[in-house]
Amino acid sequence: MSTVLEIAGLKRHFGGLWATNGVDLCIERGDIHALIGPNGAGKTTLIHLISGALRPDEGRIVFAGADIAHHDMHERVAQGITRSYQITQIFPQLPVLENLRLAVQSRRRDWGSSFRMCRPASADFRMIEEAEEWLGRVGLAEAAGQFAADLAHGQQRALELAMALATRPQLLLLDEPMAGMGPEESAHMAALIASLKSEQTVLLVEHDMDIVFRLADRISVLVAGRVIVSDTPDVVRNHAEVRRAYLGDEIR
Amino acid sequence: MTQLVLEQLLNGLQFGLMLFLIASGLTLVFGIMDMINLSHGSLYMGGAYLGAAAAQASGSFVTGLLAAMLGMAVIGIVLELLLLRRLYLRDHLAQVLATFALILIANDLVRMIWGPQPLLLNPPEALAGPVELAGFSYPAYRLLIIGVGLLVALFLYILVSHTRIGMWVRAGAANRPMAEALGVDVRWLFTGLFALGAALAAAAGTLLGPLLAVQVGMGESILILAFVVIVIGGIGSIRGALVGALLVGIVDTLGRALLPTLLRAVSSPEVAGHLGPALASIMIYLLMAAILFWRPQGLFPARA
Amino acid sequence: MNGSHKAIFVEAGVLLIAALLPFALQALGEEFYIGFATRLLIFALAATSLNFIVGYGGMVAFGHAAFFGGGAYVVAFLMQAGIVSAWIAWPLAILAAVVAAVGIGAISLRTRGVYFIMITLAFAQMIYYSIISLQSAGGDDGLPLEQRSTLAPFDLTSDTTLYWVALATLVACLLALKRLANSRYGRALAGLRQNEQRMEALGYPVDRLKLVCFVIGAGIAGLAGALFANQNGLASPTQLYWTQSGMLLVMVILGGVGQRYGGVLGAIALLGLEEALGLMTEYAHLAIGFALLAVVLFAPNGLAGLAGLVGRRRG
Repeated sequence: MSTVLEIAGLKRHFGGLWATNGVDLCIERGDIHALIGPNGAGKTTLIHLISGALRPDEGRIVFAGADIAHHDMHERVAQGITRSYQITQIFPQLPVLENLRLAVQSRRRDWGSSFRMCRPASADFRMIEEAEEWLGRVGLAEAAGQFAADLAHGQQRALELAMALATRPQLLLLDEPMAGMGPEESAHMAALIASLKSEQTVLLVEHDMDIVFRLADRISVLVAGRVIVSDTPDVVRNHAEVRRAYLGDEIR
Repeated sequence: MTQLVLEQLLNGLQFGLMLFLIASGLTLVFGIMDMINLSHGSLYMGGAYLGAAAAQASGSFVTGLLAAMLGMAVIGIVLELLLLRRLYLRDHLAQVLATFALILIANDLVRMIWGPQPLLLNPPEALAGPVELAGFSYPAYRLLIIGVGLLVALFLYILVSHTRIGMWVRAGAANRPMAEALGVDVRWLFTGLFALGAALAAAAGTLLGPLLAVQVGMGESILILAFVVIVIGGIGSIRGALVGALLVGIVDTLGRALLPTLLRAVSSPEVAGHLGPALASIMIYLLMAAILFWRPQGLFPARA
Repeated sequence: MNGSHKAIFVEAGVLLIAALLPFALQALGEEFYIGFATRLLIFALAATSLNFIVGYGGMVAFGHAAFFGGGAYVVAFLMQAGIVSAWIAWPLAILAAVVAAVGIGAISLRTRGVYFIMITLAFAQMIYYSIISLQSAGGDDGLPLEQRSTLAPFDLTSDTTLYWVALATLVACLLALKRLANSRYGRALAGLRQNEQRMEALGYPVDRLKLVCFVIGAGIAGLAGALFANQNGLASPTQLYWTQSGMLLVMVILGGVGQRYGGVLGAIALLGLEEALGLMTEYAHLAIGFALLAVVLFAPNGLAGLAGLVGRRRG
């Protein structure tokens, strides 16, 4: 196994609060790596730092051999880190297919730069075909022509996941992909994530412990801006400090 | 030289305080309602015309001033209730379109009522002459303006930082939904604020009347200065408006008076002659761009 | 016949009428209005360029007069220096606007929302005051053109030719923008307008996409300014002042933000109304003001919305 992402001594403060207070973390290729921790532990801040939405005050984020801690978000996407958001981020007034085509267009620079102004984008069938493939993969093939705003919430989350996947990340950051979903939709999303297992490296922030322990290859526990343990689900489940600090009776 | 600098400093202070009267209303409207009001300059112009007309009719400058403030406050209330209230929740583009329309309407209304010629407004007789100040003479009327400006600034400071109304205003500027949840009826509070802002703009119009021309279009140039002031100070902040207004007033006045001389000292007269006036007139815009570059929210951001 | 065929027939018809308009005006003995019609076309071009920035790029720029008026001044300066050919002067007007826009845009795009509005306004005011304080630019009086630019093989001294040149320029720009809207870049702008954060997260260089949009709009405005100097015979500070930026923005909002013909409709409606009312009353702006208020309150999508030209739009 090889390491995809290595974080060392990462710090970020807001006013007097150290939301990220010396995080060390390693993510191995092919793992579904879950990040758990009590509310306010700094999970979303960490996702922001890794994705480039925020810059760290201190520390390194080494990805594919280079420190990317101060790269712009769009550069990190090109390098291979893509994220999803807690609150659905799609293009509501564009057709579902176009939502995905934009994701494909961004990645496939070799097919043409996004600054090309003359040739109609729709003339490049390769982008459309690839967009359709991704739609099929998340079960949205039927909805290709609809406006994204008209989809059900669960479908919008699936669309967002497909858009993130279509950028072909080496590391996919999923920030509470099941947020706001009913049990049925959650199960569908869990199945989608499970289908990525072993082919896609994922860093998953999720509150539902059943899903976390079922899906994850490794689990890191974040408490007060620090990773207190990072290991296999079995070890984490039985880790005394984790039980005391956070999990309590949630794990039987 | 010292005397010149001192005199220009006083002029700058005076201009800055008048800018503060105009900008204080604008910044509250902007900060609390997130509303771009391009017609604020028209309130200033309307105030100047009302003041000049009332002063001519009554023969008293003070009557003119009070009539201008009262008249524009009433007009402000009517405007707020009939039109502006409908725009708060619209996007900035709709606000630009509507308040630009108000400028067109106001300019033509003023021309219709008072004609295209500028109006004459004389300072009060007693203050027409100069006074002796530590070694040089300074127009008494300008000193009066400085005094009035300082009084109003003090009044606004007490109103905003030491009264219940002020607390609501600050709460509204920082977080409107929160203020509403706390039971502040922002709608009526805002009508009142708008009337106050209109009255202050009218006061500035009347007070500046004897120094500048009372004419159609006077609101357009002052409006942009007021925007510069509130952007520098931080949108929604009264304290920021005061600091911004004094900065703009002093930098602009001193720049125009001294920059050409200073440039002559460091470069050829020809370069100074060309560059001086140009640089002086864009100093405040450079100041604003620089402040926005380093502090994108202005000097005293109202929102955390 | 489907919708898009119908639209092409309507467009071709309007273009034909516009092209033949000078003949009709000559036949009616109303040659004076050829100049006015040229003005309409030029402002339609300027408003279209602003609509590209506001409606396609999602940036409320309040300093467009800098590029429009700046283009006019470049032509006037060059003519003073003896450069009369439009083939040199007009591209230089575009280039000047583009260079200015790169600088202004790069700084302004660091800010968002109302601060972007205000900083673009501030930059435009800087250019306004810089130019009127230049004695060689004629100060408050502006800079008259001794003659029109020469555009061999066309004869611009003829009002009718100038009209056709303006029309051709406008049509060319509209066609180019239409094509651009469907390109990769145009689609990226569409995404940007709806969700900037998502575009960034998909790996798009958001600031650069916006800067390019800002610069293209500015360049077209510079060309419109060059045309306007020729039509007007004068590069005037009025075209640089913030009220000119306001007027252009009003045209765009009036016509329909982000609608292909929004700028054209808005310019024609506003200037047409001004001219028509000006014949009747001294106080045309009073009536226009109330008309604009009516549009704000009752037609939120502008004239294009009223005319049913708006595609599906969701609140």
